[in-house]
Amino acid sequence: MIVAERKSVDEIKQTLEGYKKILIVGCGTCVAVCMAGGEREVGILASLLKMSFRMEGKEVEIGEVTVERQCDKEFLQPLEEKIKDYQVVVSLACGIGIQFLAEMYDSKVVVPGVNTRFLGSNEGEGVWRERCRACGDCLLAETGGICPVTTCAKGLLNGPCGGTNDGKCEVDKEKDCAWTLIYQKLEKLGKLDTIRAIFPPKNYQVQTQPARMVHEVYQKGEDE
Amino acid sequence: MASPFKEALDSEKFVVTAEISLPKGITIAEMLENIDLLKDKVAALNVADNQDAIMRLNPLSVCHLIKESGGEPILQMNCRDRNRLALQSDLLSAHVLGIHNVLCITGDHTTLGDHSEAKPVYDLDSVQLLQAVKSLQEGKDLGGSELFGSPQFCVGAIVVPEANPIEPQLLKFEKKVNAGSAFFQTQAVFDVDKFRNFMKFARQFKVKILAGIVLLESADMAQGMNIPGVYIPQKLIEEMASVGKEKELAKGVEIAGKIIKQIKEESICDGVHIMAGGKEKVVPDILTASGLI
Repeated sequence: MIVAERKSVDEIKQTLEGYKKILIVGCGTCVAVCMAGGEREVGILASLLKMSFRMEGKEVEIGEVTVERQCDKEFLQPLEEKIKDYQVVVSLACGIGIQFLAEMYDSKVVVPGVNTRFLGSNEGEGVWRERCRACGDCLLAETGGICPVTTCAKGLLNGPCGGTNDGKCEVDKEKDCAWTLIYQKLEKLGKLDTIRAIFPPKNYQVQTQPARMVHEVYQKGEDE
Repeated sequence: MASPFKEALDSEKFVVTAEISLPKGITIAEMLENIDLLKDKVAALNVADNQDAIMRLNPLSVCHLIKESGGEPILQMNCRDRNRLALQSDLLSAHVLGIHNVLCITGDHTTLGDHSEAKPVYDLDSVQLLQAVKSLQEGKDLGGSELFGSPQFCVGAIVVPEANPIEPQLLKFEKKVNAGSAFFQTQAVFDVDKFRNFMKFARQFKVKILAGIVLLESADMAQGMNIPGVYIPQKLIEEMASVGKEKELAKGVEIAGKIIKQIKEESICDGVHIMAGGKEKVVPDILTASGLI
């Protein structure tokens, strides 16, 4: 899932200077799970903004709505009528949803209410950890299901750097050294030989941004 | 033609290299003095590459200055600051400037240095950089294009002999050997007995190992040293503290000399690499204390 965290109320407010009618749009998928931009967080942000504007003696109308996914046109279409009533939209979706919303309603000012952090897994209550950098060239078959591109702070492909200590990372002593984990896992699986070979430099051409992909079934249609 | 440093490595004699500290800025008088002081006393002078992720003078230019002064430089290249185009381009430049010794390292992460908001590169890792050197030597770049003339280098890498756990480090060491590393300069060695264990493993490979010797400047430095894979025996810390502030540096020189002497006398490895951390002026004293001069 995509993990995001809400921006501070002050930062969001700075982007709303001068507007009287503000619509907060939440997203019911990833950002709802990571408690940054779902229906509940839309309500919390609306309350905080209302309180803050009231204390400044400003009269501002704040609307709330949450769609199932902001990265899908189907779910954004129904907003058409509602959005007309507002001057500015705060999207609490990830960066994808924010841009998609802004593109679809291109006569509206759309501002972000979250910072999109990473692709990660839920490690426990309120804890997420990055697991994938979407490098487009998956190596997990060779590395025991542990990603060195993501888990190693330097994304090293051929073993640990000299900064690792007691199985921890040079950058953050709280984080595990990816290559210690990979070594231990492959040792357990009896597959250490897979990392004795030298991994070639990564092909960054496959991740030239912005990436675009057409499913093979639809490629023919696209060519015509 | 082999570089003078390569000839020293191949001579079977005990090889000593030392690190030259670089200024942060353009005032190089002291650095030039240090180069002049050491160039004829050691086989080669290492020039670090934005060491500790702290921006300093570029090592390629300092290696050139060492050459001009009649010394023998070892160019350190990290993978943190340049992508594969820039690294290869700098390797070609090194060759045309007469710099024929290269040490390939990963490089400390940017977040640990003085430009902690910088974007780290790591397009290649140290093993892949060694392979890049090999490829250039064979006349081709990493893109597969033929070179007009191929550079020649004596290429090395680093190893942490007391890393914990040691197994992943040894696996990488072996990969570095396979990628063409002819010599290794190690992380600081203070406990010769522990280092001997590493050498038992390393001796199966036909590579030269130079043990890292870090000068202890003071008891506080010894006490507070927090480098991964570096363990200073309590006995040495107490020895440093026992002499009083003014004599601590002299004690550090004596300890470094003693470690070098033991390594040489017992033929534990092929030489040493002295890292004086800005106190290059006392390197000749370390050499004297070790009985090397």
